[in-house]
Amino acid sequence: MSNTASTASSARSASKTRMQHLIPATIILALALSVTYLSFIREPADAFLFPRFIASVMLLLAIWNFVRALLGMARIGDGLTLQVVRNVLPGLLIISVFALFAAKYFGFYLASWCAFLGVYSLYDPASHTEFKTWKKRLIVTTLFMVVIYCLFSLLLKVQTPRGLFL
Amino acid sequence: MEFLQYFGGVFEPVAFMLLLGGTIGGLILGATPGLSPTMAVALLIPFTFQLEATQGLILLGAAYTATVAGGAVSAILLRIPGAPANIATALDGHELARQGRGTEALHVSFLASGVGGIVGVLLLIFLTPILAQWALAFGPSHLFWMAILGVTVIGSLDSRSFVKGLLSGCLGLWLSMIGYDDIQGAQRFIFHDSLTGGVNIITALIGIFAIPQVIEMLAKGRVEHKINTVQVESQSLLASLKLLLTNIKALSVGTVVGSVIGLIPGVGGQIAGLLAYDQTRKFSKDKASFGKGNPAGVIAAESANNAMVGPSLVPLLTLSIPGSPTAAVLLGGLLIHGIFPGSDLFDNYPDVAWTFINSMLIGQVLMVIFGIWVARHAARVAHVPPPIMAAAVMVLAVFGSYSVQQSMGDVYVMLILGISMYLLEKVGFSAAPLVLGLILGPIAEANFIQGSMIANAMDGAMVYFLSGTLNLFLVALVVASIAYSFISTRKAGLQKAPDMQGASE
Repeated sequence: MSNTASTASSARSASKTRMQHLIPATIILALALSVTYLSFIREPADAFLFPRFIASVMLLLAIWNFVRALLGMARIGDGLTLQVVRNVLPGLLIISVFALFAAKYFGFYLASWCAFLGVYSLYDPASHTEFKTWKKRLIVTTLFMVVIYCLFSLLLKVQTPRGLFL
Repeated sequence: MEFLQYFGGVFEPVAFMLLLGGTIGGLILGATPGLSPTMAVALLIPFTFQLEATQGLILLGAAYTATVAGGAVSAILLRIPGAPANIATALDGHELARQGRGTEALHVSFLASGVGGIVGVLLLIFLTPILAQWALAFGPSHLFWMAILGVTVIGSLDSRSFVKGLLSGCLGLWLSMIGYDDIQGAQRFIFHDSLTGGVNIITALIGIFAIPQVIEMLAKGRVEHKINTVQVESQSLLASLKLLLTNIKALSVGTVVGSVIGLIPGVGGQIAGLLAYDQTRKFSKDKASFGKGNPAGVIAAESANNAMVGPSLVPLLTLSIPGSPTAAVLLGGLLIHGIFPGSDLFDNYPDVAWTFINSMLIGQVLMVIFGIWVARHAARVAHVPPPIMAAAVMVLAVFGSYSVQQSMGDVYVMLILGISMYLLEKVGFSAAPLVLGLILGPIAEANFIQGSMIANAMDGAMVYFLSGTLNLFLVALVVASIAYSFISTRKAGLQKAPDMQGASE
C-alpha cells in the first residue's frame, strides 16, 4: 500500500518537474524559431549573415532542449515551488511598478523611497503594528535615499526624471 | 620591466584614494553573504563614468580583488561563504573559529590571499606582453574562433548541462545582435523602442547579476534573520605569520593551482579554491584533520582563489576575450571609456594598462593590511537583514542602469533581463555563458564579416575559416570543449540515473 502511494507521489513529482522544464523549453524554442525565421527573411541579407549562423545553432540546441524536456530527461534546476512564487510575487510587483511606471511618472527619488520602504516592510519579519518598527523602517529608508541622492545627483550629476514630484 | 615606469600613477592622490576605497569597500561587500564579486563590480561601473579610464579601472580592480578575499570573513566567522570562491575556506575556517582560533584563521586567510594574489598579478605582468606579441599574428578568422571558443568554454564549464550551457551562450550572442547594424544600416530584432541602440552591456550586466540575487533574497519570504557569529579573540600577527610559514606547502599548492586555473577561461575561483583544498589534503600526512580546523585548508583555498584573479585577466587584456564573468564586467568598464583591449592595448594605452595592473599589485598589499584590520568588524554586515539588502540592491540596480545613458529604456531592459535570468537559472541555465555571448558577440561578428570579405576575395569562406594551423587548433579546442561538456554531463547523468532523484542531466 505504502509502495503504491510512494510510486504515485514520485510520478506526480516527475510530472511536475517535466512541466517546470517544458514551459521554458517551449518559450525558448518559440524564440529560436522566430529569430531564425526573421534572420532568413529580413533584408539586406549581408546584415543577417552572422545572425543566420547563430540562429541556426540556437534553433538546433533549442529543439534538443525541448525534446529532452518533453521526454522528461531534463532534470537540472529545482524549478519554482508555489511557496517561492507566493514569496516573490509581492516584491516583484513592487519592483516592476517602481521600475516600469512609478519612477518615470512620480519621479525617481519619491518612487525609489516608496519602493524601498515597500520591499523592506513587506519582507521585514518585525511587527507591522508597532510604531517603533515603522520608525526604524522610515529612518533606514530615508537615510539610504539620502546616500543615493548624494551619490547619483551630487557626485555623478545624473539627471533623473522628476515626474510629478521628485 | 616597462611596468615599473607606471607605478607613479597608482600613487596619484585620486587614484590612490579610489584604490583604498575600492579595497575597503570590496572587503565589506565581499563579507556580505549574497553579494557576489561580479555583482559588486557590475554595480560599481556607473560610478566610474565620471572618472578617467585609469581611475575607473583602479576602482573596479580593487573591488574585484578585495571582494574575493573579503568573502573569507563570513566563511570563517559565520560559515556562510561571501562568494562561491570561498566555499572551501568555510570547511576548515569556521571550525578554527569555533575552536577560538577565529583571528588566526582570518590572519592566515588574508596573508595567504595576499601571497597568492601577488603571484597571480606578477604572472599577469610577465605573461601579458608575451601573449600580446603572440596575438599580433591573429587575423579575423582566428579572433572569430577565439570569441566562439570563449563562449563554448564557459558554456561547457560553467553550466551543469551541456545543452543549456551552449544555449545560454547562443542567447547571449543573439542579444548582442539586437539594434541598429552600423555596417549595413539595417535594423535587427528591434521589438521595442528601448532596443534601438541595442542591449547596453552595463545595463545587461546589472540586470543579469543583481536582479536574480534580489529575487533570491525575496524568495525566502518574511523570515527571522538569524546569524550566529563566533566570538573572536585577539591573536598576535607574528604568530599567524609563523603559522603561514609552517604551511608553506599548502600555500605553494594553492598559489600554483590558482594561477593555472586562472589562465583557463571560464574556470572560476570556486573551482580553484576547491581543487587547491583537495590537492593539499591529498598531499598532507594528516588527511583526517581536514574539515576539523586545519589552517592548511584555509591557506590553500584562499591563496588559490586570489591567485586566479590576475591570470584570469590575461586573455582579456591580450585577446579581448574575458576569461570570467567578472573579467567580462571589467571589459564593460574598459569599453565605456572607449578602450578596446587586445594585442595593441599596451602600445596605444600603456599608461592605462600598466597603471591598472600595478594598482592590482599594490591593491593586494592594501587588501592584506586592511583585511586584517577590518575583518573582525566586516562580519557585522552579515547582520544586515535580507529585506534591506534586497531593497538596497534593487534601488542601486535601477539608478545604476538609468545612469548609463540616462534612459528609462535601459531600466526596462535591465529589469526584463534580470527577471528572465532568475527564471532561466531556476531551470538550469547559467548567467556566465549568456554574458560572455553578449560581450563576445560584437567581436565575433565584426571578425566574421571582415573574414568573409577577405574570404570572398580569396578562396572562399570554408578555406579561409577552416585552414591554417592556428585556425584548426582553435576549431579543435571549440570541438574539444563541447565534447568534454557532453561527456561529463552524460557521465553525471549515468551516475544519477539509478535513483532518478538526481539533479543531473
